[in-house]
Amino acid sequence: MARKLPATDVVIVGLGWTGSILAHELTEAGLNVVAIERGPWRDTSSDFPVTYAQDELRYHIRHELFLRPAQETLTFRHNARQTALPMRTWGTFMPPNGVGGGGVHWNAETWRFLESDFVLKSHLTDRYGAKFLPDDMTIQDWGVTYADLEPHYDQFEYLCGTSGYAGNLAGQKRQGGNPYEGPRSREYPTPPQKQPYGPTLWAKAAVESGFQPFPQPSGNLSQAYTNPLGVTLGPCTYCGYCEWFGCGNYSKASPQTTILPTLLPKENFKAHTLCTVQRINTDGTGKRATGVTYIDSNGEEWEQPADLVLLCAFQLFNVHLLLLSGIGTPYDPNTGEGVIGRNYSYQVTSAVDAFFEDQNFNPFIASGAIGMCIDDFNGDNFDHGSLGFVGGGYIGAVQTNGRPILGTRAPSGTPSWGAEWKKAVAEHYLSTYTTVTHGSCYSYKDCFLDLDPTYTDAYGRKLLRMTFDFHDNEMKMSQYLTDRLADITQKMGPKVMEKHPRTAPYNVNVYQTTHTCGGAVMGDDPKTSAVNRYLQSWDVPNLFVFGATAFPQNAGYNPTNTVGALAFWGAKAIREQYLKNPGPLVQA
Amino acid sequence: MTKRTDAVVTRRRALLAGAAAAGFLGLFTRGNAIELRGMPAWDPLSGPPPDIVKPGPWQFFTAEEGTAVEALVDRLIPPDPKWAGGKDAGCAVYIDRQLAGPFGRSAGLYMRPPFDEQATDRGPQSPFTPAQRYRRSLADLDEHCKGAFAGKSFAQIPDAEKDKLLSGLESGAVTLKHNTGRGFFELLLQNTKEGFFADPAYGGNRDMVGWRMIGFPGARYDYRDWIERHNETYPRPPVAISGAPQWTPRQG
Repeated sequence: MARKLPATDVVIVGLGWTGSILAHELTEAGLNVVAIERGPWRDTSSDFPVTYAQDELRYHIRHELFLRPAQETLTFRHNARQTALPMRTWGTFMPPNGVGGGGVHWNAETWRFLESDFVLKSHLTDRYGAKFLPDDMTIQDWGVTYADLEPHYDQFEYLCGTSGYAGNLAGQKRQGGNPYEGPRSREYPTPPQKQPYGPTLWAKAAVESGFQPFPQPSGNLSQAYTNPLGVTLGPCTYCGYCEWFGCGNYSKASPQTTILPTLLPKENFKAHTLCTVQRINTDGTGKRATGVTYIDSNGEEWEQPADLVLLCAFQLFNVHLLLLSGIGTPYDPNTGEGVIGRNYSYQVTSAVDAFFEDQNFNPFIASGAIGMCIDDFNGDNFDHGSLGFVGGGYIGAVQTNGRPILGTRAPSGTPSWGAEWKKAVAEHYLSTYTTVTHGSCYSYKDCFLDLDPTYTDAYGRKLLRMTFDFHDNEMKMSQYLTDRLADITQKMGPKVMEKHPRTAPYNVNVYQTTHTCGGAVMGDDPKTSAVNRYLQSWDVPNLFVFGATAFPQNAGYNPTNTVGALAFWGAKAIREQYLKNPGPLVQA
Repeated sequence: MTKRTDAVVTRRRALLAGAAAAGFLGLFTRGNAIELRGMPAWDPLSGPPPDIVKPGPWQFFTAEEGTAVEALVDRLIPPDPKWAGGKDAGCAVYIDRQLAGPFGRSAGLYMRPPFDEQATDRGPQSPFTPAQRYRRSLADLDEHCKGAFAGKSFAQIPDAEKDKLLSGLESGAVTLKHNTGRGFFELLLQNTKEGFFADPAYGGNRDMVGWRMIGFPGARYDYRDWIERHNETYPRPPVAISGAPQWTPRQG
């Protein structure tokens, strides 16, 4: 029997990026906020100091900072004909755990989505006609526009201190920035990071090919920066331990380095760590959330009553909690009805390996978000009319790390062990350069999340079940992007070049990205969205769901900046509209 | 000098354990959940540094297993005139210590049944821990060798035969008793490369041989002086988490 705690104004499930932003915004509004976090408290000085943060085995190979599958996992199948099996260890993506969430161990690539990405269905239908899209593709407009979100992209970037160079300043195109981006209200908070040799050489090849390369926007800062909350970040030292790692330098934007130092001391905020929310409670009508029930690390059950419930867990686990709590209608792929679990999507990445002679790229001099990119093949920046697919991605030379356990490469045909292997990795480590594509993944009828009928978690709850595979549209896109990338990479002058477009079936054993999306998407129609344009549940108006969970499909960019912008957008709606008149902000 | 109070370290270790495998229902004897009110105080040196592997007897392997694994890693990464092989790089010691620790017992992984071991396209589904897989596969390998090579163990057969056998395991042409050949080969190869390239703190990569071989400067944390020195060889030797040989004064 759960013991009941004193009621609070707001309970937040998960204290990562979105939980921290919402807690900050709502404590500023004078509300009492309690955050409940499944993982431990983490901080720079204690958990990843520079004395031992640079440990590939511990943090990357052994997954030190991530959720343990024994705590919670999900099952996976490629299609409804298969039996889903549990992800017993992580492979294709890495769910976060602990205070700071994925903000602790991201690469900090801080992109905005395109204006057309937010009105994707209308845009593509207008340009190419409805018949151009595959029948089973379920893309839709977001219900918000780029213009709605621009002030909040700006807020998140200024919170983080993002390093970059604006390509579109209030409608004015600027040489050296991304010519395709939507208008920015002001310049990036800090100038771009410095570029090592590989991106510089690739950018030269891109210019020779007639493109306009620009520095990737980075949350690893080019210089010290004090954000509007008064928190100071230090300059990045290009150590090459970003993704999978915490930053020991306070130079990667994370909740720890941007918000928590001002949030935690507040009288009207507290957080419980190592406590797992079991379900969102609703009253007899099912139309009102009454709080959450959680279990602490003693195995004791607690009920935290609250007037407002904010789901801020990782994308997959937001959907899991909605399903376990019976909130909203679960998606049925046979009828296409229901919204919880609908429109799960991912990201389609690929690479080109280029092997050189007499070049030294010093791959270990790196940051998770340095690099030179072009955006000519992203979204609908190029004519798809003759190509037979929709979608795209940015392509470029992004030098994230040179860590040796997973970072040593040799040309295809080299044995995987023995004297030849040893000779080859010694020869190629410094002189190999990998360029990448980072592509969109649109949503489909048969890609969804529901509850598994067989496997349960440590608490006896049904695991989340993922049904997902890559579709032809995305594989054609990956082939096309990889070919364009190779055209430019070839101009760098490699001796041997190998293209690695993404291919189906989806391989869950190999890391691709942690950009899992959708499952409780936002929109204008309760029949095809779980939350309205303010991320408020259509079914339970005092419940809001944040994170990439809301993406109706994924664009060809890293999601965090959009996740951050949506958090500020939702927070504004709560502060300025909901609190004055608690109830649905949009009438269904 | 590292100076720290045991009380602080013990508390941190308990927290870490809470974060790791034991951090879910049923395995706790005491609670580690904390309520954060205000910024937690910064305890200097309160973090959990890696446990530095010390030389000494095998912690997981039997003497026979240890001999076999030393021979195996020395063929997967053979010695050459310039760079040590897997054995002298400490890869077997690395694997031994990993198997004696959380990795060996699949700590933190989802190990609930049912197990569909036939499925290969939905992630690893073995019910066996790495420690169990090594123990069983090394016994099977030994049995195979003794049958095929007149009573000789893997370590006793000629290098050419060792390589032939390893190629057979890799391709699936040679299977072992419990049908573990290829899976075991892949696990062993992955662990051997980890041992060759991981920080020496874990018992392998002795004298940072793996890093020196490829030109990786190790656990350095600041390359601001070199990021714009394009196509120029980085001049400084590698360092490890526990330092570098030149930092340690020699006795006498």
